[in-house]
Amino acid sequence: MEKSVGQLTAVPANERIDEKKTIARRKKRVQPIMLGSILPIVLIAVWEVLSRTGIFPAYQLPAPTAILATINGMFQDGTLFTHVGITTYRVFIGFLIGTVAAMVVGSIVGFYEKAEQLFDPLIQAFRSIPSLAWVPLFILWMGIGEPSKVTMIAVGVFFPVYLNIIGGIAGVDRKLIEVGRMYGLNNLQLIRRVILPAALPSFLTGVRSGLGLGWMFVVAAELMGASSGLGYLLVLGQNTLSPEIILSSIILFAIIGKLTDWILKIIETRTLHWQDGMVKS
Amino acid sequence: MSLELRNVGRTFNDKAAVRNISFTAQPGEIIGLLGTSGCGKSTVLRAISGLDDAYDGRIEFNGKAPGAVRNAIGFIFQEPRLMPWLTVLENVTFGLKGTRAEKESKGKTFLENVGLAGNENAYPKELSGGMAQRAAIARALVTSPEVLLLDEPFSALDAFTKMQLQDLLLDIWKTYQTTIVLVTHDIDEATYLCDRIITLRGQPGEMEREIAINEARPRTRGSGELAEYKKEILDSLDLNQPAAAEK
Ligand SMILES: Nc1ncnc2c1ncn2[C@@H]1O[C@H](COP(=O)(O)OP(=O)(O)OP(=O)(O)O)[C@@H](O)[C@H]1O
Ligand SMILES: [Mg+2]
Repeated sequence: MEKSVGQLTAVPANERIDEKKTIARRKKRVQPIMLGSILPIVLIAVWEVLSRTGIFPAYQLPAPTAILATINGMFQDGTLFTHVGITTYRVFIGFLIGTVAAMVVGSIVGFYEKAEQLFDPLIQAFRSIPSLAWVPLFILWMGIGEPSKVTMIAVGVFFPVYLNIIGGIAGVDRKLIEVGRMYGLNNLQLIRRVILPAALPSFLTGVRSGLGLGWMFVVAAELMGASSGLGYLLVLGQNTLSPEIILSSIILFAIIGKLTDWILKIIETRTLHWQDGMVKS
Repeated sequence: MSLELRNVGRTFNDKAAVRNISFTAQPGEIIGLLGTSGCGKSTVLRAISGLDDAYDGRIEFNGKAPGAVRNAIGFIFQEPRLMPWLTVLENVTFGLKGTRAEKESKGKTFLENVGLAGNENAYPKELSGGMAQRAAIARALVTSPEVLLLDEPFSALDAFTKMQLQDLLLDIWKTYQTTIVLVTHDIDEATYLCDRIITLRGQPGEMEREIAINEARPRTRGSGELAEYKKEILDSLDLNQPAAAEK
């Protein structure tokens, strides 16, 4: 009773305070962004000036505006979409295959002790091989077409997702499982209603770092041999002595890499809003 | 439901943790298990709950093993143990069966009972310790268990919330005539709530005494009668020696 009366009278005052607070909060959010962008802007300006005056020779480090012009040129003739599209497509397919495979193997190994004893040592052994070392073998087996590229990316994505699923399942609070058992859940219900949700944060962490690796591996895959894609642009730029193409590709990689991670982060924040001490970065 | 323990014991790695525990609880009786830390109270309670079936001796609910009647048992753990990804209402209805609407209306009723109306959609991280524990209590009660097992359910709470929840427990007990086994460290809590108090001692823990509290409810906290019982319990646990005189 008392409480509701107090709340009623407090509403208008609260609103005013809230308004002030939102402004203050917005300031708080904008300020670091402004502060953080000072240095990049200064650097880019200095770079532009140095390139224009010829202190940086254009055949080594073209001006930022020249890079933008290159990107714009690709945008105009449509090749931008081809390259970005095909690279994103490769990452996406590889990421999907790697994640699904990791989910299947990871869940089985995570849930069944026998499966763990059977599979885990082998997987751990494979893990200690730097994934890029597989590249020549995959090319030998599958040629330089799409399958070898996608496989490489999938292999890169697999391990972080797999490890995080295993870790997530192993880390489920035994106390919560007991609550489930106390309510008579069978094993399947226990997995669905307790273990999977509890392991979700760890799984999503794995998915995000898997995606990061996916972008790394697509570069390697496309460097090895491709006729399109951002990695191909890197090779093209090198062979035609055009640093502006290389830098354009790098910048595009940075942008879509960040963009996809941002999408995953939003998904993560949405699905894990219940978590105490919110998701970090 | 009646509960009977006969010579119940539990051994961990060849080391007895507790042994020879025998007592019965009539339907609607409140039994307190009291004893020093490590004497096996939680172990006994887990055996009664069916979560641990590696005990020795016999435990029977109306003649049946704990595993067979699990759906009739509610367990309130020492910690809230709420699922952090579920809202308060979803947590409370976790063990319920039936349609969504049925579950929700039942859940809401019980949230009201524990004084959490209006918090249905909050997540556990948004609750205070006492609120979370009350949600856990609602979750255990919503299935209308015939038997309620409580492992130091109020020990982490402040004195005031503790008293509120003790009275809430009595209200519910009055309504549902629940058979209750309450593990506690708190002698005042035991004398206030229980019909009978069983004290455990030693390592491995063994039954020391069984003390019936023949006081009509509602009882008055800190009354002279309860103080007498408290003294008796302290004596039985050897805590009234000069060394522990400050008690
Ligand atoms: N899973 C286990 N494995 C090995 N030993 C255990 C296990 N659980 C309990 N014990 C032992 O059994 C004994 C009794 O433990 P229990 O948790 O039942 O004590 P308790 O009376 O509940 O103590 P407290 O009041 O501190 O909660 C302790 O000596 C403990 O070390
Ligand atoms: Mg205990």
